[in-house]
Amino acid sequence: MAHLHDEKVRFLSEKANAIRGSIIEALLEAGSGHTAGPLGMADIFSYLFFHALKHDPKNPFWSERDRLVLSNGHIAPVLYAAMAHAGYFPIEELKTLRKFKSRLQGHPHREWLPGLETSSGPLGSGLSQAVGMALADRIDNGRTSRRYFYALMSDGEQECGEVWEAAQLAAREELHNLIAIIDRNYIQIDGYTEDVMPLDPLKEKWEAFNWHVIEVSGHDFADIDAAVEQAKAVFGKPTLIIAYTVPGKGVPEFEGKYEWHGKPPSREEAVRALAELRSLGGKIKSEHE
Amino acid sequence: MSEYRLRTEAHLNPHLFDVGIVEEPIRKGYGEGLLLAGKENEHVVALCADLKESTKTDLFAKEYPQRFIEMGIGEQNMAAVASGMAAMGKIPFMTSYAMFNPGRNWEQIRTTICYNDQNVKIIGSHAGVSVGPDGGTHQALEDIALMRVLPRMTVIVPADAIEARKATRAAAQHKGAVYIRLAREKSPVISTDDTPFTIGSASLLWGGGAANVALFACGGLVYQALRAARTLADMNISSTVVNVSTIKPLDKKTILDAVKDARAVVTVEEHQIHGGLGGAIAELLANFHPMRMEMVAVKDQFGQSGEPKELIHEYGLDEEGIVQATQNLLSRLC
Repeated sequence: MAHLHDEKVRFLSEKANAIRGSIIEALLEAGSGHTAGPLGMADIFSYLFFHALKHDPKNPFWSERDRLVLSNGHIAPVLYAAMAHAGYFPIEELKTLRKFKSRLQGHPHREWLPGLETSSGPLGSGLSQAVGMALADRIDNGRTSRRYFYALMSDGEQECGEVWEAAQLAAREELHNLIAIIDRNYIQIDGYTEDVMPLDPLKEKWEAFNWHVIEVSGHDFADIDAAVEQAKAVFGKPTLIIAYTVPGKGVPEFEGKYEWHGKPPSREEAVRALAELRSLGGKIKSEHE
Repeated sequence: MSEYRLRTEAHLNPHLFDVGIVEEPIRKGYGEGLLLAGKENEHVVALCADLKESTKTDLFAKEYPQRFIEMGIGEQNMAAVASGMAAMGKIPFMTSYAMFNPGRNWEQIRTTICYNDQNVKIIGSHAGVSVGPDGGTHQALEDIALMRVLPRMTVIVPADAIEARKATRAAAQHKGAVYIRLAREKSPVISTDDTPFTIGSASLLWGGGAANVALFACGGLVYQALRAARTLADMNISSTVVNVSTIKPLDKKTILDAVKDARAVVTVEEHQIHGGLGGAIAELLANFHPMRMEMVAVKDQFGQSGEPKELIHEYGLDEEGIVQATQNLLSRLC
């Protein structure tokens, strides 16, 4: 089942850990921004940028690249950190996050930073854009195109009607090179999703919309990889991967708390968080040795 | 007719003031223009939200089924899908009633098209009270304001079916977001194939030089403005009539030339009095040439059911309303 050998899993874990450290450092410098979502998605971004995506950080406009559309633009820190570690721009630049004239706008702006596929922030529109891209590819290259379109969404934005408009269209068009991933962390600004606006049974809802749905742990690389490989093999249906993640993952102090959705760490909290991540890094090394 | 001073270089319909002037829906010009644009450029694609016949997108859909996407009733999704297609090099024309597109999907247009700088054309049909019997829910009177305020948006309101055809082809060649406003009802065909059209150019149709009043109009009401100009001439009130088919960016030079030797300005549009053509002209004149204005428009109210002609009259947008507004304005100046 697992395509990933141990060495690769270790590599991806180390990258994810480095991405988490960069997220904390960037948020500390910025003094505002979102902490829980970016940390929770670090493993998936590590997997995408260092394994799944067909891309070239030195040539961000390469026309044959896969497309990654981040719909929930507020988790930009994890996207920026993954891009920096992949070589799109210097890691040092992450410290300009949210600052005046920075290419790293508070929510991503396509025109400011090469490698971003879209500008996002207002929730609910990313899947539609990925559907549009996949449709254009279908017109140009037909049903056998091997280019993949990844749409990353939050769970909270499943409350937006537009998501379901896009879901219907993607299913009708049988866009099997479209792979949507929901960060299922059960939190949003006002509280736990199931208190704010219950979303479950999420899997059954998407299946009822004629999507192929796979549930994974968003922190298990073998699990994530198996799901993406399965999605690529499915014919005639778009795939949704519901990735169960722990918000704030990697820093026990932040984990699972919706209060960390939209605020950055203080200096003391950041120092403790970075220490936690360093010891986690040590564990990754020893576990794989 | 020569004393009425129709501009020859505008090559208008020579039967403009005839009783039986040919009428065609402005939306039909869009459908024909889209078909031509599709022929000229294989990247042109069309999206429509369950209204392909009434928006005349069906002409394109029949010819190019592979490049037509039926969106169902989902205008928000349509805007963002169009943005995604544009990101891949397509030139999407997305069409519905103006009430829903851009009425319902404004934020998606702002973020995924304008902020994102994607090459999408937004077509809002059935704008204005001339929608008629469907009533106020379907009579978009706010769309020019909604689109005019967006950075990077070009806003075009064609005066007749022929201009709509030209505007559609021009929009396909223009790089960037464009909004084209269309009307449901048949409108008099005032122009000809030879009438010049360029995005960003307003055109002088009547008069020129010193005049009592400069009339700026857009859409189907340009015809009413021309009729009003003729009636005003009979009353010894001279005027110039300018078709402001591109509301954004405004043709500053043509507009300032037209007001230079005029005593007052009247604007004419089938839109709310706030934020439309009148507002755009007022903003320009306030900066460069302040002068008294009267806006012929719907006065901060909603439409209702009725025949188009009845409604145009009820809201004071026809020839009679324009003449009256002009007289009122001039009398206040004395």
